[in-house]
Parts: sequence; structure tokens; C-alpha cells
Amino acid sequence: MSAPSSYFARLHKPRMPLWWWLRRRTYLAFVLRELSSVFVGWSVVFLLLLVRAVSRGPAAYQEFLDRAASPWLVALNVVTLAFLLYHAVTFVNLTPQAMVVRLRGYRVPPLALAGSMYLAWLLVSAFLAWLVVG
Amino acid sequence: MAKRTMEPFVWLLFSGGGVAAALVLPVLLLLFGLALPLGWITPPDHADLLGLLRNPLTRLGLLVVCALALVHGAHRFRFTLQDGLQLRPYDAVIATACYGAALVGTAFAAYLLLVAL
Repeated sequence: MSAPSSYFARLHKPRMPLWWWLRRRTYLAFVLRELSSVFVGWSVVFLLLLVRAVSRGPAAYQEFLDRAASPWLVALNVVTLAFLLYHAVTFVNLTPQAMVVRLRGYRVPPLALAGSMYLAWLLVSAFLAWLVVG
Repeated sequence: MAKRTMEPFVWLLFSGGGVAAALVLPVLLLLFGLALPLGWITPPDHADLLGLLRNPLTRLGLLVVCALALVHGAHRFRFTLQDGLQLRPYDAVIATACYGAALVGTAFAAYLLLVAL
């Protein structure tokens, strides 16, 4: 009698190399998408520091703008913006796969769903830009 | 009966935060991180910006966006560490640290937007 294969299957723990996600472009894209979380966090912190500077008065606000113009922060924010855009595009494109929306019993086509989210993104961006500098 | 967990609730916050981060954060970072500091656009006066931020709708909206985006980031970063660096055995520590950081950030946001402004 041979031991059931599931017995060995339970003992066998496949070990993945630490850098498994460098092997394929799709794996790398996945990990980069996951890493966008760090930059989402940083952009929230950055905006909160702006709010703090504004609450402290005109001089603190000006100092915040000057500091934000320093090369290191500009570089960090360029990278952050790239990751935010990557997050936004991948999130919008995934939505139709994660969620089925029905209108009057008909499924909204995935392209229409993604398209309406891109439209919402555009409108929200335009509205916020108008609020701030309009 | 299946054991009840927090998972569905966390995933709901995760998607809400994902949408909030996607719709709101890029334009704000483009404006305040690049366009205004680098002078591509003339920065708004301090008084105007303060007035805008003190509007109750702005306070509430920003607080919701910050809280949701932080939870989203924390949840995703938790699995980034687990999968990317294979730290699954340390999930309890990682989850506590990630959600804890999101909570601290949300408290900071609430203090700034509701008290300090």
C-alpha cells in the first residue's frame, strides 16, 4: 500500500524565491501596482502637511510652497504622481471585472462602466482644479 | 455557519479608498506637489485657500478622502509585504502596524481639519 499522495502534498511547502516578481513583466506590474499603496499614503501625508501649513498662517504656507519646490521633493512628487496615475488607471480598469452593475435588468457593458469612471475622474479633477485656482 | 470576519468590511473600505484615491489624489498632488510650488500656476492667496479649507464641506470631504485612502493604502501594503517579501507568518504584526498607521494618520487628519483649522 502506498501512502496517499495528499499526505506528502501536505508536507511539501513550495518555497518561492524572494524576488519571484522580477521574473516576469506581469509579476513586476502587479508588485508595482501593490507598491502604489506607499505613494497613496505619502500623498495623503503631503496634503495634510499642506493643510497644517495653511492653518499656521501665510508665512508657513509660503514656506511649505518653497520647500515643496526643492529638487528632492519635486523628484519624490513626480514619482508619486506616476504611481497615483498607475493606481487610478489600474483601479478603473479592474472595476468592471470586480463589479457587475445592472440597469433595468441589463448588465452595463464593462467598457461603459470603465468609461463612466474615467469621465467621473475628469470631472472631479476639473472641479477640484477650479476650486483651488479658478 | 461560516465564521464571521472583518474581511468583507475591510475590503469594502479598500475599494472605497481605491476610488477616492483614484479620483481625487492625482489632481491635488499635481497642483500642490508640482504646479503651484514650481510656479506653473500662480498659487492661490493664503486667505482664499484658508477660506476654502474652512468650508465644512471641504473639511468633511478631505477627511473622508484621507481616511479611506489611508485604509486602502494600509490594506494593500499589508499584502504587498506578505506576498512581495513573503512575510505571511508575521501577518498579525504587519496588519496591526499597517492599520495602526492608517488610524494614526486619520486621527492627525481629523485633528487638523476639525480642530486646528
